[in-house]
Amino acid sequence: MTSHRHPDDPHGGEESCGGLDRREFLRQTGLVTMAGVAALSCGCTPAFIEDLLRTRFTRLSPRKLDAVLRGLEADYATRYGRAVSVKATPALDGVEFGYGLDLSRCIGCRRCVYACVHENNQSRDPQIQWIQVLSMDRQRGISLEHADHYYDPQQVPEADRFYIPIACQQCRNPSCVRACPVKATWQEPDGIVVIDYDWCIGCRCCMAACPYGARHFNWAEPAIPTAELNPDTHYLGNRPRPKGVVEKCTFCIHHTREGRYPACVEICPVGARKFGNLLDEESEIRYLMREKQVFVLKEELNTRPRFYYFYAT
Amino acid sequence: MASHEHGETGHDAHSLLPRSSSLVIMLVVFTLLSLLILFAIISGGSYETEGEEGGKAAYGPADFPQIAWDIPPVPPPPAGDIAAFTLPPPPFSDPDLFPCSGCHADMEPDRTPRALTDFHEEIQLHHGPADRWCFDCHDPDDRDHLRLTNGTKIGFDESYRLCGQCHGTIYRDWRQGIHGRRRGFWNGPKSYLLCAHCHDPHAAVRGPRAAAPQGAAPVPAS
Amino acid sequence: MRRNLWRDTWQFVGGVARLAFTGSGWYLAWLGLLGLLILSGLFAYVQQYRGGLIMTNMRDQVSWAFYIGNFTFLVGVAAAAVLLVIPAYVYNWKPIKEIAIFGELLAVSAIIMSLLFVAVDIGRPDRAWHLLPLLGSLNLPSSLLAWDVLVLNGYLLLNIVIVWHFLFTGFHRRPYNKRFVVPLLLFSIPAAVGIHTVTAFVYNGMAARPFWNASILAPKFLASAFCSGPAILLILFQILDRTTQIRIKQEALEKIAELMAYAMFLNLFLFGAEIFKEYYSGTTHLIHTQYLYSGLDGHRSLVPFAWGSLACSVAAFLLFLVPATRRRMVTLNLGCLLIYTGVYIEKGLALVIPGMTPDTLGEIYDYVPTFTEIRVGAGIFAVGFLVFSVLCKAAVPIIQGTHSPAGDRG
Repeated sequence: MTSHRHPDDPHGGEESCGGLDRREFLRQTGLVTMAGVAALSCGCTPAFIEDLLRTRFTRLSPRKLDAVLRGLEADYATRYGRAVSVKATPALDGVEFGYGLDLSRCIGCRRCVYACVHENNQSRDPQIQWIQVLSMDRQRGISLEHADHYYDPQQVPEADRFYIPIACQQCRNPSCVRACPVKATWQEPDGIVVIDYDWCIGCRCCMAACPYGARHFNWAEPAIPTAELNPDTHYLGNRPRPKGVVEKCTFCIHHTREGRYPACVEICPVGARKFGNLLDEESEIRYLMREKQVFVLKEELNTRPRFYYFYAT
Repeated sequence: MASHEHGETGHDAHSLLPRSSSLVIMLVVFTLLSLLILFAIISGGSYETEGEEGGKAAYGPADFPQIAWDIPPVPPPPAGDIAAFTLPPPPFSDPDLFPCSGCHADMEPDRTPRALTDFHEEIQLHHGPADRWCFDCHDPDDRDHLRLTNGTKIGFDESYRLCGQCHGTIYRDWRQGIHGRRRGFWNGPKSYLLCAHCHDPHAAVRGPRAAAPQGAAPVPAS
Repeated sequence: MRRNLWRDTWQFVGGVARLAFTGSGWYLAWLGLLGLLILSGLFAYVQQYRGGLIMTNMRDQVSWAFYIGNFTFLVGVAAAAVLLVIPAYVYNWKPIKEIAIFGELLAVSAIIMSLLFVAVDIGRPDRAWHLLPLLGSLNLPSSLLAWDVLVLNGYLLLNIVIVWHFLFTGFHRRPYNKRFVVPLLLFSIPAAVGIHTVTAFVYNGMAARPFWNASILAPKFLASAFCSGPAILLILFQILDRTTQIRIKQEALEKIAELMAYAMFLNLFLFGAEIFKEYYSGTTHLIHTQYLYSGLDGHRSLVPFAWGSLACSVAAFLLFLVPATRRRMVTLNLGCLLIYTGVYIEKGLALVIPGMTPDTLGEIYDYVPTFTEIRVGAGIFAVGFLVFSVLCKAAVPIIQGTHSPAGDRG
């Protein structure tokens, strides 16, 4: 009955909302016994049952998707005590994102690491950092085996060292997507490899398959102080994640799909980070691919990253 | 029903069971193996990765109050104009300092290269050749402007044209957004910085700066 | 016969349960011990479920470890059932045919254990149903783990059907249906090779991990599986010989031992080939093998295990190779124990962990399992032993025909 109404019709919207609530209510009451039994054994809540009955993101109808987003917002509002918006902005037409990082400029200050944590609601403890900055010996060149992951000088750059920040390379041929047994991770039309945190089973096959150490697992319930929570979130991006699922860089999908630069690009004090549309001849990324010598990490694995390193000078 | 026949055959004369001596040997081997494994676990435990001494296990952005993580976003594009660029005011735009003519208007320019002693003595020129001098860039007759080598006067907000006279490739990269920091919209208005926002024109090479600390190294629980 | 099927099944289930849970004090005590281990594992798992996998020592750097290692080892044990089925049914060789059924029982228990190890390893067990065909969203054909889920469950089903048929017909003292069961048995041979190959391919297919990304991996998996599975069976047959009416011929044991010697030789040869390639070419990929055998920068927690495993394998190979030591029960058992230990370390620790250390960005994280992991692992092994004990306990009298079918009770 409601399906005949125009989605913009306020009355129709209200009624369908009401119908949803009733259905939700019935589902909850129907499962309350199961939830009770489950709660006794493993401390579960009705949310556990709700999680059980979820649908994969790519299979959600626009209406169901909206209900899911509103449900998440309500859930986060109660959990963090403040308003959080969850959107699902789709990919822009004619856009394929690419990233450039100027190794001749990077000074290893790790501003990007913490800006990313701040922007993307990464767990503070246990610590998750999507960007890892590796310090390398200038004599050796790029040798991951001899990189220092925990360099800690007072000031950077250090003499005889150079730095490589590494996050998800947004491969065109992503081995993680191939490895996932349940299609919980996939490549979007704009090239961003995303994860449905509500479908991932946490088998960590993708982490074993990723050559860049870009995927991170929520080993415990992620902890983000309420005051530090970024309330502008995307379903496939920086919304607070549940325990036991994998997460990774999404090129700040909540920003970039609205035309803005990712947080790491904005914070980088030396302007080493470049971002743009690979399909646009005039974009910064295409310019640097044309004019500079770019390279990708582990090119022999044929993952074909959209993340290019280059030396501007 | 082949399975039934075998069970009916009698017990062979020789026992297939390990005698007590064999059991002792097995026990000894098993104990030795267990000891080896135990030793390995204990010695393995002593090679744990050390966490940061006396420090926090995990840092977050909140540990660096001096850094503004919430950068005010560049305003969204004005309708139609996606190529809009914005620019923060050039350095020293403070009304106390600029316009320069506030002080210099009444002064006779002294065109002899010399070490400054009375004023601006903090400026030590470390930029290019040793004979570099103020009026290579500043216009001696109009201190509110800079001057290109061909004599063209430019404002301080166009200083990049001056820099670009020597640093041509970097100037080109900067115009394309490859050199230097840009903010805003990858497909719309951007805010950019002038050369002088990052590089002191009088001493252009930047020194090192503070680093944020390393992430928490995982330490296996014992 | 058809009209009695339900009644027969009911009698069979009841009869098996009766056979399985009655026995001597020792047997019940054994079951009790397993029960305690299972309980301890269960409590540890509840802790892990609540707190998250942070209760383990796995981290982003080493994201698969003890659990997945055990899984791999047990898939190998399950595949080993073939070693007994091949000679028994292809060459119709009598002595082994009698006891091949125990191979199938072992396969069932091992697959149950390996599936449990996967279940405890995943971060969201509540979403495990996403792995179900049709209901979930299996990523076929590209995900090897999805294939593994399919073939393991298929193999489990296959073995359950075979075991069920043998025991069911034996229980009712009917001849088994050759036209039904022999094709299944023959199919189980490639299936067993299949499960272990697919499991090997899960690792093998990961170009990100050079330690696993070697084509020798699948053959090596099979070779080591053909050692570890029969080792368990050899010990089991002696226990059966002592505690039941079933008599195992010396000839059968020797034959199995001989096959194991060949398998171990192949295993060691493939190992040597791998070691040669790694050390002679000396690329950056050598770093994983170095971590395993000599340690890196003082990170040496796997080194004693690696050498211990190698020593066990070599010693066992020699024991099984020399006919004199193969025939003596003492040395035969010693060899079994050594093989079991060697292969367990090789598969459980020395495959998964060095593959992940150093990680893809060169970071070294020295993984050692936590007590929680060990307790959960012990609990799962106890489940497997329980299943195996109970099945064997019921199967022995049925195979011998010394049981009383329920229908005879009057």
